[in-house]
Amino acid sequence: MTEPTEFMQTPAQTVGPFYGFALPYDKGPELVPGHHPHAIRLHGTVTDGAGDPVPDAILELWQANETGAISREQGALDRDGFIFTGFGRAAVNQAGHFTFTTVKPGSVGGTAPYLVITVFARGLIQHLFTRAYFPEDTDLHREDTVLRAVPAARRATLVCVADGTPGGTPSYRFDVRLQGANETVFLDFDA
Amino acid sequence: MTDTTTQAEINDEMRAIEAEARAQVDDGGAPELQPRRNYPPYRSSILRHPTHELVRVDPEEVELVSPAFGHTDVNVLESDLTIQHSGEPLGERITVSGRVLDGEGRPVRHQLVEVWQANAGGRYVHKRDQHPAPLDPNFTGVGRVITGDNGEYSFTTIKPGPYPWRNHLNAWRPTHIHFSLFGTAFTQRLITQMYFPGDPLFALDPIYQSITDPAARARLVGAYDHDLSVPEWSLGYRWDIVLTGPHATWMESEEAHD
Repeated sequence: MTEPTEFMQTPAQTVGPFYGFALPYDKGPELVPGHHPHAIRLHGTVTDGAGDPVPDAILELWQANETGAISREQGALDRDGFIFTGFGRAAVNQAGHFTFTTVKPGSVGGTAPYLVITVFARGLIQHLFTRAYFPEDTDLHREDTVLRAVPAARRATLVCVADGTPGGTPSYRFDVRLQGANETVFLDFDA
Repeated sequence: MTDTTTQAEINDEMRAIEAEARAQVDDGGAPELQPRRNYPPYRSSILRHPTHELVRVDPEEVELVSPAFGHTDVNVLESDLTIQHSGEPLGERITVSGRVLDGEGRPVRHQLVEVWQANAGGRYVHKRDQHPAPLDPNFTGVGRVITGDNGEYSFTTIKPGPYPWRNHLNAWRPTHIHFSLFGTAFTQRLITQMYFPGDPLFALDPIYQSITDPAARARLVGAYDHDLSVPEWSLGYRWDIVLTGPHATWMESEEAHD
């Protein structure tokens, strides 16, 4: 017995240019405080097909905790500085640059650790999903089903670049290139 | 900088794309349920859409759950955009109510809905909005709510105004409210816009028309519902939102339904 799908999905529309007074919130980019003993910095620049920074993009981060468990705790919008909710939101600055403070997630089920990144921007009619993996996990990357689904020449766009430990905090760079040379790999989960 | 393209030229571009999409459906293709990321009549999309096909992958455990927002995060008063200042905002007082559902019609319970909008004059409280319409000291235009046990939500606000933008000469956005939604899985994340019925700007707007299928576009238009209007107080609109998945795709007829 088959029947037509009655509940048709509501289409997306662009976040537009005027989300700045609505979506960003206090401590949104700080999944953990900067003084957390295992804090890392995740930062990068969003660029367009001309290589120019996109000054009106907003990113969301969603991830497991340090042990690879997924938080079910409330409080992502009203941070108390202690509870880890796994969610963050960061608008880019005028230079298209974003910064999150978080922890490196643990492995979930033995797979390579990664961060889920969602990108919204003026001019981007529907959001984009991607993943940020960590450069030190190369052995696990070879076994990763998502990385293996990506053409080898493009895989590096999903892996952060370690760029030092400013102020003692390990820093990872993850640039998001919406279009053009080295365009970031974006993922379609809508299966 | 304003593009010097005329509205008539934009209309021609939009009609050509829609005709091509319709021809694909007539040839047996599935209607496009989502907007095109590459939609040249919306000029800002030209350099901001990926040129590679998205890589289709199965979501894993992290993507199959969502953040657990709740009443720790959102005060119940945040669903009323008309009480955030000392006075009443100007404009038509309205309520917008509906349900958030998944692709099988199951309610998305206890999840976050965020809205933002222009005021009745078509002006946003945003430093980059230069439209010379008045700001309203009694209206910010931001609301949040946590859905109820049946996925229901309701906002009280004022009807926003249309406003000009610089996509092309004499470009105006239809009246809309921005909505941000989470599902039970992070893959269901959605940001969209709700429109109002009968807006004369629909046919002229490249953001609305970036959805090439007329039936899909119509899913973004709220319905006036007189039963939701409150006598001598407010007009009521109903708008249900269906998130993707787990069975919301077009070719689903072979799946068993409980």
